Amino acid sequence: MERKTKVDAKEGKHDILITREFDLPVELLFKAYEKPDILAQWMGTNVLKLESKKHGSYQFETTDAQGNVVFRANGTIHEFTPNRRIIRTFEMENTPFPVQLEFLEFKSLTDETSQLTMHMVFRSVADRNQLLQMPFAQGINMAHDRLQDIVSQLK
Amino acid sequence: MNLRRDVFQAIADPTRRAILLLVASQSLTAGAIASNFDTARPTVSKHLQILTECELLTQEQNGRAIYYHLNPQKMKEIADFIEPFRKLWDDRFNKLESIMKNYKSDK
Repeated sequence: MERKTKVDAKEGKHDILITREFDLPVELLFKAYEKPDILAQWMGTNVLKLESKKHGSYQFETTDAQGNVVFRANGTIHEFTPNRRIIRTFEMENTPFPVQLEFLEFKSLTDETSQLTMHMVFRSVADRNQLLQMPFAQGINMAHDRLQDIVSQLK
Repeated sequence: MNLRRDVFQAIADPTRRAILLLVASQSLTAGAIASNFDTARPTVSKHLQILTECELLTQEQNGRAIYYHLNPQKMKEIADFIEPFRKLWDDRFNKLESIMKNYKSDK
């Protein structure tokens, strides 16, 4: 069985569908989204706040080695149905990206396997495409930073 | 020589990728773009020509100046641009899976 993460971003649409199958019971998969300390580990960000309930909200923050905030995001939880569904908003702070809407569907496949589909809805096609390009841009910036580190060591 | 340009050839070059990133945030003239690089001006012009030929950049005349814009539609056609995003989530989910497998065995 293929377990790779799939990303479906159709031409001219303003949404992204991410699908992934896990070698985990759905209860454990869901727990990874529910518990702040676990979410922090796999998302690679600090979780300042995570109220896992309807009308709850969350806030993530990532800092670099010097303690500077490089990323901060927040959102509101609209639905929180254990082992089934999370509906939430997601907004990156201090960026031109508008808020996006996320539908997370958790499904049990067998006792030991599960599937997550994450449907992200954006304000516009341009906003979606810009987000898709972000990791690409970050990759280049990181390569740039590494280069600068090396160059500064040469001085 | 007028080779048929394709977008993959265009983004294979690090300078051209850097140009695309520069123009992604705002439209710029050839001079403004070239000022970001140590490369000779004609070399940058050649890169701009290639990026324009494969439609990753579009030109717009504004008075006497020509501004280069990013063509997001064309950028989106490049599967490689989606791959880093997919990889980002794949890495996160792989981590999630291994953390939860340990979590299970701890209990």
